[in-house]
Amino acid sequence: MTATTLTKEKGASPPPTASLADRARRLRRRGRVVALLFVFPALLLLGALVVYPVLFSVGRSFFDASGTRFVGGDNYTEMFRDPATLKAIRNTTIWVVVAPALLTGLGLILAVLVEKVRWATAFKLLLFMPMAVSFLAAGIIFRLAYDEDPNKGVLNAAAVSVHDAFEGTSSYPTARGRAERLTQDHDGSYVTASAASPGDTVALPMVGVLPKDLPKNAAPAHPAAGRKAAPGELRGVVYLDFTPGGGGTRDKVDRGESGLPGMKVEALSGGRTVASATTAADGSFRLAGLSAGSYTLKLPESNFAPPYQGISWLGPTLVTPAIIGAYLWIWTGFAMVLIGAGLSTLPRDALEAARMDGANEWQIFRRITVPLLAPVLTVVFVTLVINVMKVFDLVYIIAPGPVQEDATVLATQMWLVSFGGGNNQGLGSALGVLLLLLVIPAMVFNVRRFRRSQR
Amino acid sequence: MNAVRRGLGNGLVQAFLVVIGLVWLTPLAGLFVSSLRSAQDTAKGGWWTALTSPGQLSFDNYSALLKNAGMTQAFWNTVLISVPATVLVVVIAALAGYAFAWLDFPLREPLFLLVVALLVVPVQIGLLPVAKLFGALGLFGTIPGVVLFHVAYGLPFAVFLLRNYFAEMPKEMLEAARMDGGSEWRIFTRLVLPVGRPAIASLAIFQFLWVWNDMLVALLFADSSSQPLTVQLQSQIRQFGSNIDVLAPGAFLSLVVPVAVFFAFQRHFVQGVMAGSVK
Repeated sequence: MTATTLTKEKGASPPPTASLADRARRLRRRGRVVALLFVFPALLLLGALVVYPVLFSVGRSFFDASGTRFVGGDNYTEMFRDPATLKAIRNTTIWVVVAPALLTGLGLILAVLVEKVRWATAFKLLLFMPMAVSFLAAGIIFRLAYDEDPNKGVLNAAAVSVHDAFEGTSSYPTARGRAERLTQDHDGSYVTASAASPGDTVALPMVGVLPKDLPKNAAPAHPAAGRKAAPGELRGVVYLDFTPGGGGTRDKVDRGESGLPGMKVEALSGGRTVASATTAADGSFRLAGLSAGSYTLKLPESNFAPPYQGISWLGPTLVTPAIIGAYLWIWTGFAMVLIGAGLSTLPRDALEAARMDGANEWQIFRRITVPLLAPVLTVVFVTLVINVMKVFDLVYIIAPGPVQEDATVLATQMWLVSFGGGNNQGLGSALGVLLLLLVIPAMVFNVRRFRRSQR
Repeated sequence: MNAVRRGLGNGLVQAFLVVIGLVWLTPLAGLFVSSLRSAQDTAKGGWWTALTSPGQLSFDNYSALLKNAGMTQAFWNTVLISVPATVLVVVIAALAGYAFAWLDFPLREPLFLLVVALLVVPVQIGLLPVAKLFGALGLFGTIPGVVLFHVAYGLPFAVFLLRNYFAEMPKEMLEAARMDGGSEWRIFTRLVLPVGRPAIASLAIFQFLWVWNDMLVALLFADSSSQPLTVQLQSQIRQFGSNIDVLAPGAFLSLVVPVAVFFAFQRHFVQGVMAGSVK
């Protein structure tokens, strides 16, 4: 009983001299303590793991590799002298120039088009989905897709089939003509050493084709080689002058020697092509409708051209565009959805009025949609620039070992220099600081925008 | 005439979008089919050849993956990193966000401007100094180390987002609660958190996705016993061709979780990614 009165007297009911203001001050102090407790965990982590590291890195960037000697700005001049970091700076520039512009453009086009179809939501979901996929998984996906072997990489498989559909295939890249009968031109084609006339049957011996590389339908050439030609036509066979198991005679069509199907043969007279044919399964060909005279037979170079192997996506020259392609797959949905959200806030009556005035869709797009969307497009563009500057995982995963140097960007170079064998933490810190400097305009932009929104 | 032209134009648009959609779907389909084939089959021909000879497809790679102790450990590590990193960011940022929005303390404005400025700081700049710090504290190479780093670099965006959301709450609501004599803690748990649920959901999904998909941070701060799936898979990239029977199913496994989250929480997911893209 006494205890409660005591505490009551000490705590709850202040001495009459203590004013209300005093009480309010005490309450406010208590409130401040509570507030500081609320923000303390966040401030501690931000201070120790973000703010302090930034200051540390800035300081560290003025010291040498081992951190013992002050070198002033040497790491920063080194950055622009060392070919590897220069390459990284160059590639990051390519990324910043190309990727955000492409993504914003693509996003804008798709955002406008998708409004015209009924399954817009499904389409947006599909294109946005890669945002959930890690750069690592996307990297593995595109390493597969970019495989140089057209039998394995889906992109080169497509490239080769498109190419072959237009250019045709050559079947015998390794074949050579027997020198006694056929002489090679500088362009890779073969012509017969001696002339032939209509009514002749000619045998054109080739070597250098492995029996396993013969087309599946290839048949023995011997029967066709004996066939007589009618007047006004030239007959013959193109055959592989090699008897499996040995024992054949050179320059003679032995039994069991295979014809070479699908070979183009041309008859030349006075340097002009007057007739052409393609060999059948047994290697036979027939050039009809020839007037009397002497002809040279030619096997054009297209028979021997090396097969088209597709594009070297991950080679030194194309590796950066190839990785940007993978980046597009991930981020296009983001650009499209954000721009689409802006599109839905456009004043409908402005668009309707333009339509009433007879403007076509392109004019509406150019003169109304794009200008009205400019703020949204800027936000998308700036966001992408910031993200692109820090791109790391995709480059690290997609670029195969030997071309890593050609694909390197600031973030990967910073990693390689600091931790991946370079072990130069002075230069590494300087690269980190460069990355920070590059995003400072965005930082200023964010702070300004926030302060303006508070007024 | 005009209607015909418009119909034709619409047809073209539809066709174009269908093509784009297929192009977007193909890489994922390719990965999935590849994950069902043996390394030998993959060495012989692309995944599309399996479409005509479905005999190549089996779940053998997946059952091998589940028996691979390193892989299952890495998958588990990914969970052990992502879940705490998400929960901690949400809790710490909600506390700070409320304080920045409604409580009074010294340097409130400049401190919040600092948070806004930290939004775009690249993680790269923290790697080396924090590695040294964690080395001294014995956190280097441990799961708590990886988690703490993710929390710290997730905080600027998280505090920014939640502070702005909480600041929109009607002032009268808070004052009424204070008049009723509720302590700040009580107001925070009973009023602010429930009201802030949509923003918290978007933030949690964004942070979870960010941490789950991270490779860079874990590459440095995790050792072989604490490494997540991304790092474990990355270590096998060198022998890409011969390890494809591990890489393809592993990559697919790693993306199934975030893609499932994406489809389950589409709206929050899109909002979270949109808001967080400044990072």
